[in-house]
Parts: sequence; structure tokens; C-alpha cells
Amino acid sequence: MIRFDSVSFRYRGDAPLALDGVCLTLEAGELVAVVGANGSGKSTLARLCDGLLAPTSGSVTVDGLDSVDPASLWKVRSMVGMVFQDPDDQIVGTVVEEDCAFGPENLGLPSDEIRVRVDSSLRAVGLDGLERREPHLLSEGQKQRLAVAGALAMRPRYLVFDEPTAMLDPVGRRAVLEITERLAHSEGHGVLVVSHDISGVARADRVIGLAGGRVVFDGAPEGLMDDAPMLQRVGLSLPPAARLAAALRTRGFDVPAAAADAESVVASLWR
Amino acid sequence: MALILSDIACVYAAGTSLASTALDGVSLTISQGDLVLVLGPTGAGKTTLLRAAAGLLPVSRGSAEVDGLPASGRGSTRGAVGLVFQRPESQFFSLSVEDDCAFGPRNLGRSPGEALVDAREALAAVGLDPSTFGPREPWSLSGGEARRAALAGVLAMRPRYLLLDEPTAGLDAAGRQAVCAAVEEARTRAGVLVVTHDADSFLGTADRVLILRGGRPAFDGDVPALLRELPRLAVAEDLDPPEVPRTLMLARESGLLPPGPLTLDVESAADLLAAARPGGER
Repeated sequence: MIRFDSVSFRYRGDAPLALDGVCLTLEAGELVAVVGANGSGKSTLARLCDGLLAPTSGSVTVDGLDSVDPASLWKVRSMVGMVFQDPDDQIVGTVVEEDCAFGPENLGLPSDEIRVRVDSSLRAVGLDGLERREPHLLSEGQKQRLAVAGALAMRPRYLVFDEPTAMLDPVGRRAVLEITERLAHSEGHGVLVVSHDISGVARADRVIGLAGGRVVFDGAPEGLMDDAPMLQRVGLSLPPAARLAAALRTRGFDVPAAAADAESVVASLWR
Repeated sequence: MALILSDIACVYAAGTSLASTALDGVSLTISQGDLVLVLGPTGAGKTTLLRAAAGLLPVSRGSAEVDGLPASGRGSTRGAVGLVFQRPESQFFSLSVEDDCAFGPRNLGRSPGEALVDAREALAAVGLDPSTFGPREPWSLSGGEARRAALAGVLAMRPRYLLLDEPTAGLDAAGRQAVCAAVEEARTRAGVLVVTHDADSFLGTADRVLILRGGRPAFDGDVPALLRELPRLAVAEDLDPPEVPRTLMLARESGLLPPGPLTLDVESAADLLAAARPGGER
């Protein structure tokens, strides 16, 4: 598991703490959403997961290995894949399959092993058939899926997504969220998603809410959706479908608090 | 006095083998007080439309005019149009947020003192307390804070036309509300064009909606007309409707709700569903 043990972090000696005494865990097969208002420390937390940043105090361990120990840093980074907000920041290849192969090539793997990894990673994100496509001809959603495939080709145990859907249209957003869910629940990766997208939060097994660099919520999404003051504290507002679900509950419908999209609201109307 | 695009076409790499038509046959008028929403999937030509309206991209056909002058080239009125890019945080260069926001107004000839007042007012308008955020280094801001600070830099210039590319992407709930409020405030003296995937934040106040698909207009009209045409657009144009009407459409497809009008309003939608349940409203 990835474990944060009383982790605090400041960017400079005189800067305020960006994270303050954060304790959390992420296990294999688990989908965890991290939410929080702008400036609450979400991206800082994501960058601490694989040693891109080192804690000012406390420790981050990945399967027991210290993320800042030079002896284990590379092992840690190989276990934790990162996907950022803007896929253009991490696409380097001239065609899709070459981009996906970049990481495994740098590991010096034999070419048949690289082929296997590229094919399975592109299949996992639904980009099989587009192997020879130039990345700039992909839609934004496809580019983000390519960034995910590039991370998957490194066979990480854990995947950390920092605002993966912020730049995407609704179709691209749903596709990426479905992939995060499948990677955790079907493929057994530990997946951490930093997001303001409440439809992504509703899919998570567990939600961690940050405010002012501290963990103020750690629990099931239903618990957060039901707690209006906490939602506000972690910078979320109920999406229109969840507000409709709440309005239906006041009219006697049995619609669960976690219903955050049109499909789940309508599905609960049948009951 | 208006920003007028008349039947414009925009072609990238025109005259080469790589030529691609990003926009074709689009017309638009923005007057002071208007909020025009441009929707459509990625690659539909939304950002190209913004660039053409701001005069950054010459049109290949038709005309783009701002207050009777051409939007681009010699004799254009560039100071009249404020454009906030999709990733505005990449535009910062000053050592403090307030100095960065004051740069635009200073360049328009306002005194340093006036420009600073404009900058601080604009920061407050986007929900960033000027006494806290003004002295900060721009690169110490979080992603969402930076996006709002960049919007403030353009608001501080008080343009007559404000063009915003995905202004709420990556923002928390309070940030989205602040941006929507800033847009409303800007409408008192400017015409506003918003390109967005976040239709839910702006549809309630938009005067007009333009939906682009493959560079061509798939819909052009006001919000009531959009609601009337949503079922057709969802099928014919593969459009993703806003969540509340989408819920009603799904309920109709499932036979849970009889045919009828759509609404954006949560309470009205709940009333429709409650009235349609077996035995009526409880």
C-alpha cells in the first residue's frame, strides 16, 4: 500500500504548510478520490506519492519502501504511475504506439516484451486500432487515455491521477472515469484520483477531503454527499443530477445520496 | 456597437497539403450585456472561433468586425477585446499577482496607481482576496487560483468584449461561482462569449447558445429553443445534454415519464417526475 504517515510539506522555508499532518492509505484494488478546494494541497499530495516531492516531515512509503530513500526511490517510482491534467505535458512520441513504448524502452526491456506491454496498455484504454495515429490528431479525451496507457505500460501497482478530466468534454470525461474504475476494480491497481469532478467522486470506494492542507474527511462517498457543510468545506457542490436526486427524496422517492448522474437517478426511479 | 462574425470560415495551413477547415459558415453577434455560450465536443472549432473573434486568426472567408472595424490586421481595435486562454496560468510573468493583473491596464495608459486599483478590484471579483493573493508570486498559486488570477488580469482592462475559453475548468465550487459572478458583473459593461464544457454553470443566464460540431453550427438559438430541440440534437448531433434535462429524457425513454417539455430547473424536473409516478404525487 501507499501510506502517508503524519506527512507535512512546505514548498519553501518561509512558506505556509501546503500539507499538514496528513495520514492516509491507498491499497491495491482500491479507488480513492481526493477532493478539496483550490489551494488545499491536492496536487502536492499527488506529487508526494511517488517521491516527486519529499515530505518536510513525516514519511511516505510505497509497499514499505521510503519514497525519499535514494536506495528505493527508483523502485518507488516504478511502482507508482502518474497521469496529469494536461496530456500534452506527457506525450512525447510521434505516433500513439511509440509514445506508449517510451517508458518501457527506457527500462531497456526486450522489444517483444515492449510490444506486449504496448498492446495490452492501449487495449486497456480502448486505443487499440489507433497505434499508428499521430497524437496531435487524437481528441483530448483520447490523448488523456494515451497518457494513461503510457503510465500503464510501466506496469505500476499504483496510479495517481491529478485532475484527469478537467480539460475534457463530457464524453471524454466519462471514458476516463470508467477507466480509473476498471483499473482499480478489475485490474487490481491502487488508484488515487485528485478531482473536482463529483461524478468521479461518486464512483470511488473512499473519498479523502482536504481543507487547508489537512485531512477533514475520509470515508465513503455517500457520507460526503449527505453532508452539505462538509461538501462546501472541501470545495464541492452537488452536481445538478444529485440536486435532482435530493429534490426527489423530499418528494418521497427512494433515491440514494450517491446518485450523481442521470443514469443512477433514473435507475433508482424504477425501484 | 457589436462584435460581429458574418459567415466566417477559418482554414489552418491554407493552400498546403495539410490544409484543414476548422470553422465553416459561422455567424455571431455579441452586443454589450450579452452572454453567448459556445458548446461542442473537443475539436468542434470552439477555440478557433474565439481566436477569430479576438482577431488573432484572420478569417479565410466572411468577416469579423469589432464595433465596425476589422477584428484583425491594420486598423483593428484589439484593446476592445479581452481574451482569456484555456490555460491562462502560462501567461504570468510578474513577481506578484497584483502586478501581473495591473500590467494590462497600465498598457492601456492608466497610471500605475489606477492600474493597481483596477487589478485589486478584478482579483476581488474572481473571489481572490487582494490583500492575501495580491502580493503572492504567481507560480506559488494552485492551479485553480492561477486560473482565476489570469481572468482577473483581463477583467482589469475592462474590455468591451470578453472572450473566455473554458473559464471554470479545474475550479472548485466556490471558484466556479466566483467566475460566474464575475461574468455577470462584466456583462454590465461588456458582451461576453464563453466557450465551455461546463454548460450547467452558464445555461441559466445565457442569452444565446451556439453549438458547434465539426466546425459548423449544429444549433444556434436561445435557451428555450435549445430545450425544445435537445431530444433531436442528442440523436442527430450526438450532443451531450445538461444533466437535468438528460435525466428527464432518460426517464421518458424508460417509459417513466410521458412526453412533454424539458427544463433546466431542478425543482420543476422533480415535480414532473413526482406527478408521473404511479398514483401521482405523494
